[in-house]
Amino acid sequence: MYTQTEIIRDTTQLNSNGNEGELVINVGPQHPATHGVLHLVITLNGETIKKIEPHLGYIHRSIEKMCESLTYRQFIYVTSRMDYLSAHINNLACALCVEKGMQIEVPERAQVIRILMSELTRIASHELWVGAMAMDLGAFTPFFYTFREREVINDIMEQTCGARLTMNYMVPGGTMYDLHPDFRNRVKAFIIQFKSKVTELEDLIANNIIFQNRTKGVGVLSAEDAISYGCTGPVARGSGVSCDIRKIQPYSGYEKVSFEEVLEPAGDSYARYLIRIREMFQSISIIEQLIDNIPEGDFQAKTKAVLKLPKGEFYTRVETARGELGVYIVSEGGTTPYRIKFRSPGFSNLSALNHMVKGSKIGDLMATMGTLDLVIPDIDR
Amino acid sequence: MQNEEIKEYIISQEPEAKFDETGEWLNVIINPLSWRLLAEKLKNADLQLDYLFCLTCIDWKTHLTMVYHLTSTKYRHSIVIKTDINRIAPQIETVSDIWRTAEFHEREVFELFGVEFLHHPDLRKLILTDDFEGYPLRKDFEDPINMIKL
Repeated sequence: MYTQTEIIRDTTQLNSNGNEGELVINVGPQHPATHGVLHLVITLNGETIKKIEPHLGYIHRSIEKMCESLTYRQFIYVTSRMDYLSAHINNLACALCVEKGMQIEVPERAQVIRILMSELTRIASHELWVGAMAMDLGAFTPFFYTFREREVINDIMEQTCGARLTMNYMVPGGTMYDLHPDFRNRVKAFIIQFKSKVTELEDLIANNIIFQNRTKGVGVLSAEDAISYGCTGPVARGSGVSCDIRKIQPYSGYEKVSFEEVLEPAGDSYARYLIRIREMFQSISIIEQLIDNIPEGDFQAKTKAVLKLPKGEFYTRVETARGELGVYIVSEGGTTPYRIKFRSPGFSNLSALNHMVKGSKIGDLMATMGTLDLVIPDIDR
Repeated sequence: MQNEEIKEYIISQEPEAKFDETGEWLNVIINPLSWRLLAEKLKNADLQLDYLFCLTCIDWKTHLTMVYHLTSTKYRHSIVIKTDINRIAPQIETVSDIWRTAEFHEREVFELFGVEFLHHPDLRKLILTDDFEGYPLRKDFEDPINMIKL
């Protein structure tokens, strides 16, 4: 997309403007630390970053346009391919939006299953992030430790939903299948395993002086800027901004469980690391509250075979592992949406990157970008 | 703040504004020419709507509608601003210096709908290639090579 000649032209343009000594380098699209196909054009002055320009779209599939020709049962499957690490929560957002439009009552059992699955997803996503983040900073071992735990969650998902990554388990009205009979025991075993092993991560990463030196005070984002840039999720909470949709606008029965919204005021990369670790414990606590209290009953409400949303506009906000996902459906009364917009968390979080790293050294770029937890298909859609 | 108070405030700033309360949040329909001045007041004055959580556009085949979802992190009230712009040469003032998140979202709307945001600091294509022609999210867009309609 951006050919060699174009980049050379960019460099000469800068030089003709009289900015000598500036260097334009490209990170990506194929770069291990971008975890996908993200292309950053970085303008450097010596080792100091002057500007970062993200070039997106390498994995753009125009999901919003595709959804305009998919029915309300079909379009949910596409959204698993946006933020594939929060597939359950993406599906849930779409299902909730359709339910809101059609005023479908979801059975209590389905609501509890949905919360359980969402929180397991959140733990799996944060586990992967911790491993990948440590690897970005040069530590290879934590990656295997976190994948060991993540694997257990993937196995639990596979048993109930039939898939490990793109589950498509949430449907309008409830869930697609009932829980597997083994689900409860396996989740309980996972909780015991998680609690005994998570201290290893602390020893390996948080108590490691190299990790602390590379993340403390790096990539600072103030609370005001976090709000202005539309940052959500652990990125904004690491700057002390209360933005957990599960607390602000509870959905799917989150108002019935007790958990804390984790906040850290520092706003640096280390704060964002701490947030994710402590959020995993909150998720575990939610699962513990519900795992023995799954109500009996239907796992899916009775719905019509063909779903039709009334004319109007419907918006749902949910908290994915990365932040706030918004689903905005404009309906003209038919079986397909007239217009659909996914407000993805990664897109807004990425827009703050230039502001966060401007003026810092290029070595700190990965420590900052890693903590944004970017998932590229979520940004490009 | 309750919808009535928000309405009163907006009427005092923008007497021509119309309201629609059928949706989840209060919808305010305004003239695109007065959007920029109103936006500054919405963020800084009484309402403190400091977080723009969604910015998008809808193609109605006869005109385009810009939709801004705003909320306040302090008071937790939300409103939706809507403004109709013409479809042939759509133009509207940028709000990217008021809510910084609008910078990326406006670039996205620019390339997918062809809306020109006046005084935007860096209005270039973000997702599509530089030589891409047409506005994919408009209703009359046809792409003979890549399948978009299923």
